[in-house]
Amino acid sequence: MNDSILTMPQRQSRALLPKLHIDLPLLTGLLLLCGFGLAVLYSAGGNDLGLVKRQLLHLGLAVVVMIGIAQIPPGRLKQAAPWFYLLGVTLLVAVLFVGDIGKGAQRWLQFGGFRFQPSEIVKLAVPLMAAWYMANRELPARIWHQVVAFVLILIPAALIIKQPDLGTAILVAAAGIFVLFFAGLSWRLILFTCLGGAIGIGIIITYPDILDSFLHEYQKRRVLTLLNPQNDPLGAGYHIIQSTIAIGSGGIYGKGWLNGTQSHLDFLPEQHTDFIFAVIGEELGLTGITIMMMLYLFIILRGLYIAVMADTTFGRLLAGSLTMVFFIYLLVNTGMVTGILPVVGVPLPLISYGGTSLITILASFGVLMSIHTHRAPARK
Amino acid sequence: MRPPDQKEIQAKRLFITRTLAILVFVLVAITAILLRLYWLQIQHHDHYKTLATDNRIKLLPLPPARGEIYDRNGVVLAKNITSVDLFITPDQVDDIPAVIAELQKIVTITEEDIQRFGKLRRRLRRFEQVPIRTGLTDEEMAQFAVERHRFRGVDLGVNLRRYYPFGELTAHVVGYIGRINERELERIDKAAYAGTSHIGKTGLERFYEEQLHGDVGVQRVEIDAMGHIIRILETQPPVTGEDIQLYFDIELQKIAFEALGEHAGSVVAIDVKTGGVLAMASKPSFDANLFVNGISFKDYNALRDDSGNPLFNRAINGSYPPGSTVKPFIGLAGLETQTVNHVQSIYCPGHYRIKNAGRTFRDWKRTGHGTIDLEKSIEQSCDVYYYDLAYSMGIDKMHDYLAQFHFGTQTGIDMPAETSAVLPSQAWKKRRYKQSWLPGDTVNAGIGQGYFLVSPVQLAYATAVLAADGKLIQPRLASRIGKQSTLPQGMEMESIHKTDPQNWEHVIDGMLAVTEGQRGTAKRIRNEHYRIAGKTGTAQVISMKQNEEYDETKLEKEKHDHALFMAFAPAEDPEIAVAVIAENGGHGGATAAPIARRVMDAWFGIKPEEPLQRMAQEESDE
Repeated sequence: MNDSILTMPQRQSRALLPKLHIDLPLLTGLLLLCGFGLAVLYSAGGNDLGLVKRQLLHLGLAVVVMIGIAQIPPGRLKQAAPWFYLLGVTLLVAVLFVGDIGKGAQRWLQFGGFRFQPSEIVKLAVPLMAAWYMANRELPARIWHQVVAFVLILIPAALIIKQPDLGTAILVAAAGIFVLFFAGLSWRLILFTCLGGAIGIGIIITYPDILDSFLHEYQKRRVLTLLNPQNDPLGAGYHIIQSTIAIGSGGIYGKGWLNGTQSHLDFLPEQHTDFIFAVIGEELGLTGITIMMMLYLFIILRGLYIAVMADTTFGRLLAGSLTMVFFIYLLVNTGMVTGILPVVGVPLPLISYGGTSLITILASFGVLMSIHTHRAPARK
Repeated sequence: MRPPDQKEIQAKRLFITRTLAILVFVLVAITAILLRLYWLQIQHHDHYKTLATDNRIKLLPLPPARGEIYDRNGVVLAKNITSVDLFITPDQVDDIPAVIAELQKIVTITEEDIQRFGKLRRRLRRFEQVPIRTGLTDEEMAQFAVERHRFRGVDLGVNLRRYYPFGELTAHVVGYIGRINERELERIDKAAYAGTSHIGKTGLERFYEEQLHGDVGVQRVEIDAMGHIIRILETQPPVTGEDIQLYFDIELQKIAFEALGEHAGSVVAIDVKTGGVLAMASKPSFDANLFVNGISFKDYNALRDDSGNPLFNRAINGSYPPGSTVKPFIGLAGLETQTVNHVQSIYCPGHYRIKNAGRTFRDWKRTGHGTIDLEKSIEQSCDVYYYDLAYSMGIDKMHDYLAQFHFGTQTGIDMPAETSAVLPSQAWKKRRYKQSWLPGDTVNAGIGQGYFLVSPVQLAYATAVLAADGKLIQPRLASRIGKQSTLPQGMEMESIHKTDPQNWEHVIDGMLAVTEGQRGTAKRIRNEHYRIAGKTGTAQVISMKQNEEYDETKLEKEKHDHALFMAFAPAEDPEIAVAVIAENGGHGGATAAPIARRVMDAWFGIKPEEPLQRMAQEESDE
């Protein structure tokens, strides 16, 4: 489809943007989506201009971070990868011992007056590390190398599950596994894992008692709720019932911006964070969502294009993986809100309210821009 | 750049294949989402539209009733009373001040009510009910019911309200609940608190919040577009929070409050056998009921600015120099570390000088105590004996021994934010002041002055440990939570290690002499009913210069010495341990000891047949 834009010629090499290592098509797509997000946020947050202003501030900061990272040559990123990874894992371990408990989960570390989630660092550190490891091997990678890389991915993911934060753990694991996939993970293995997983979930749903032998009662309940939200009418199940009603009642054209009854009568839970997609579905209808999905698709295509055009294995693997993590955000969130995937706390990328995820996502696009704009001049 | 070799071309080819595969995955997934949206928004649009506009299913949280708190005899200290409240839903009212003015014609609404309403309204959302008046009388209820049709967006609601029947007496112990604020909102599990508006803020209400709160219930109801309930689909009832029974005795608490009289300070009484806290007074106090529905600015400012600091729980958070009340512990430390033995005596000339150091440390008795052994040193509270003992023992040895009694660490009582006060050591001073320890610091610590600080509950606990022959039973207010006893079952009780059990007896003999000896500093509280082992303390609030003379008549009240007393009784088979601190009360023997005596009398059921007269000042005292 958007081929003419995707393969934008490198003509304007003397212009300002390339000098700043900014990729114009990517920047345009990202900013369009963020702008759209702010408009939706105004409605979802109950016409609270303060909320929009705060998010605009987050966005400004995130763009600065993105452009800053774009200045770092990929070679540097590669050198720093193992150290960055070590730092991330160390902080994750620290969080288990001295972390602050917020909302029933232990995710935060406090430095002076400053609080942050080390799991955000790991979202970048894991693909960096996996790409660093794989870039030095002959591809497709040997089984042995794949196992080592897998362990490198699993350690931080397991630490994050312990916090417990399933959503982030999925994103971190996905980031690493996509690197493996691009590095030639065997199709047979992929097939077996998917099949095995599907059968396992099938068995648990049919015979839930099988869990008794190795899980506590409350853990079992949590697993079952994840697989079937209707088990928990007060919590997750309620969210899904309400979000499908909101989306379904939106129809083709939606009820109009600021006019969503479900959203504004406060039936929707977490409507400006994880469930903001339902507000879009209700107010802007299938039309609005389709346009938004096209914007997402454009960004993903541009990301994959940058990956293919990269001139090093490290760059390719990293760019491919980061683009796919962005897609996984989208998939897990929209799948959850429309009720076809289990409820996992993952925001709608670039649109849900919140500074942390916005900064992490734009930082990863900064890496993509760096990969794309630091290539050696083509010699044909 | 080197020319692309075979391997790189292979890697690149692999990458392109993989990218194409992933592209297919992306497109399939996005199509799946869009198909799902097609199903929701086009195929089943009518169904969802009906759900959204005509009938909505709403979940109403059913908040649980909070557990109640009882004293040891079943007297209720924190209970729930039914209260009929008047609410306004701002979303449904156009001109709120006008509606309030109209309401004022049928129910009493004070300026304070309006102020509180304004404060709460900012915190709640537009469509949430905001209370304008709580606790309507029957007449007011009837009045409103008649005129109800005129007030759209104004509703009556029946709620349970927390009430503390003993007000001031229990304010610090039981604490109070208040509206959940924003900081707490971040901390709590929102689902569990759906429908709950209050949370424990201080005292037991806070410490046992989890147990008292109970489990939220839920009602699934169908409502129409106007928000009226059409029918109830399903009810999952809430589970009432657990009741908590205390060791605490409200009658004894009353006595402790009375006995403190006009003094600010604290009394803590502990059951030696169980570790149960029988009384815990902190004066001045306040009425906890003020806080339940949001205290007014005026009341709050008055409490906050009160120089007596009534909101401060002295028993748990107050740090006082213990003065001579630590002498039995330091004496014991001296015996157990074999720094001295109980027959060894020194000569007290009324002052003490460290070898090679200029400073002179004075005894409270200028003429000196003469020849003094351990027992006499406790009886007469000889300072010189302890200057010398502390100096020979050294601060770190002393610190390590006293730490076993929980001086300098929290006792672990079931109250929030307990202070650990200060048990000084070389390491502590380095950490705290980045200064090295001086010999003079040790000498000062020997009589419980200088850096040494204790909280009333620490002093009472240490006394209880002494009385219980070294058994470390954690002090607790709660004896039962729901049906469960808080007493640790079947566990070997931890005890302080003894080098020689005789040592403990010598110290206790000294403490008995305090109330029974010829020159005992608290002999006025001796009685024929039971024997008291105790120790007085008179702690300096301000430091005196080398040659300055302490003269109470010349000092303002805030600079008067604190009067302390610690004791347990009956001495042969101890049941109760008491610590008393009367701020700026002067002499421990004259002020604090009679307070402890009254509390003990009450506990043993002895009527104060002869009022404990303040004997004349001629009696020897510190």
